[in-house]
Amino acid sequence: MACEARIHVDSDRDVVEARRKGREAARQAKLNDGDAALVAAAISELARNVLLYAGEGDILISAVENGICRGIVVTAADRGPGISNIDLAMQDGYSTSGGLGLGLPGVKRLMDEFDVTSETGQGTTVVAKKWAT
Amino acid sequence: MRTVTTNSIVSDDARDFTSNVLNEVVAHLRHEHARLRDGWIQRIVDGRYLTAMSEQEVFAEATSLYGSYLEVLQTGSVEALEAYAQNLSGRIIPRGVDVVEVVGILLVLRDVLARELFSKYGRDVSVLKRVLDAYEPAANRIASTVAVGFVRERERVIRQQQEAIRDLSTPVLPVRGRLLILPIVGAIDPPRARQLTEQLLRGIRSNRAKVVVMDVTGVPAIDVAVANHLVQTMEAARLLGAFVIVTGLSPELAQTLVGIGLDLGKMNTVGDLQGGIEEAERLLGYKVVSADPSRAIA
Amino acid sequence: MAVPILKQRDYLIATVQDPLSDDEFAVLRRTLVEQVGVFRSRGVIVDVTALDVLDSFSVRTLTELGQMARLRGAATVIVGIQPEVALAMIRLGLTLGDIATALDLEEGLAWLDRKMNGIGSRDHERS
Repeated sequence: MACEARIHVDSDRDVVEARRKGREAARQAKLNDGDAALVAAAISELARNVLLYAGEGDILISAVENGICRGIVVTAADRGPGISNIDLAMQDGYSTSGGLGLGLPGVKRLMDEFDVTSETGQGTTVVAKKWAT
Repeated sequence: MRTVTTNSIVSDDARDFTSNVLNEVVAHLRHEHARLRDGWIQRIVDGRYLTAMSEQEVFAEATSLYGSYLEVLQTGSVEALEAYAQNLSGRIIPRGVDVVEVVGILLVLRDVLARELFSKYGRDVSVLKRVLDAYEPAANRIASTVAVGFVRERERVIRQQQEAIRDLSTPVLPVRGRLLILPIVGAIDPPRARQLTEQLLRGIRSNRAKVVVMDVTGVPAIDVAVANHLVQTMEAARLLGAFVIVTGLSPELAQTLVGIGLDLGKMNTVGDLQGGIEEAERLLGYKVVSADPSRAIA
Repeated sequence: MAVPILKQRDYLIATVQDPLSDDEFAVLRRTLVEQVGVFRSRGVIVDVTALDVLDSFSVRTLTELGQMARLRGAATVIVGIQPEVALAMIRLGLTLGDIATALDLEEGLAWLDRKMNGIGSRDHERS
């Protein structure tokens, strides 16, 4: 696998593929099984969000190094309706789609670093990092 | 274009040029290796580096390192150097040699060789400049490669040692099929908490345990992060079909857990280890025979 | 990529062998609920040993499966959740609610047997 993977998500199956690529990337970056599972779960949530709210988007997975630390960066980007109130969306239990609403807060709990930028009508980008433990 | 040939350095192509320069430099440094290496060793001794090693060892390592150094200068490839650095680190770290010393001796070698270059090429400033332009990046790369290799190796060793210690300090004791006892003694930092989780879940799998008695009598205190981690571990154990009983919870620990929002009523806690084992056996459906002599059957 | 479902006595055993997409998960749930009705099964085991991710959708689907199966008189046990998957689930904040879990197929069957025979009512075990 190359240093990064980009998966275009516009169907159910793409979510599965994105998870698979995420696990592969985590393994390549020598993350342990536990951390790889966290990355895969985070990607699953992010990819599903993209599908659910924007219909389609991209997941970008790459390895990163910071001095002696290795990690995986996951970026989920879409040009969907955007999140009008990020603070609200980051509250546990909040959901506009009638689901459990565990998307973003859950991903934040899984990963070490988490950032979301969104603009109504423009789209949403989530960047999350997991460092090897 | 007129090509000027001198007895040393020339080329129109910058790359060829640098490698020609380096080739000539390396040839010279090789030719003078005995003198330069000995000068280096003298400075190592004067600077009190590698005091943990004997004279012969220092000589042997210096000779190999000198050879590797020249090889990298010439080939530009650090692969062989990385391998050598890892090997060297593996040997000297257990002897208590610090990265400061390793970097120190490399920088001394760099200086020794640089001075040699100054004295050989110093007469013609433009030539000297070309030589240093070729030499300096290579020399710096060598220093950083070895330093990083050393640090990585040392971290690997430390990790290994820590894991060994943790394995020793938290044995998972299978007691009669289906019941595991996990006695935890000592402070728990996040890495140890992760280790505990791994051992616990692995133990549940391999012993097919249905109940785990986790005794924390020997744990002085834990911080919020570790408390959360332990609670998550217990919930994960549940998903693997095992139930966790916590025993030996001190008032301080209980307070920390309550502080993170844990409802202690929901968690199964028993006062001491013995009580925990009895509760576990009750849950597993074993008959518990009391050892209390006052209940002896008349 | 259908999930094979075996009928063993009063129980249905579904063994997931490949990662499932959301649609496939939904189909699995629907199929199991139907078959519980058709065969009047008393227990359902879903073996997720091969899954390396159980995210919010999968957990929600499994929970719904449990609820719908119970309405039709069957108990559900999820078996084979891997340690890393379990930890990721919990970190995500997901729970299987009232659904029982067991280490593997053998344990799952033993649990159902005990439940069917009404052996003990351990307060720590669920539905």
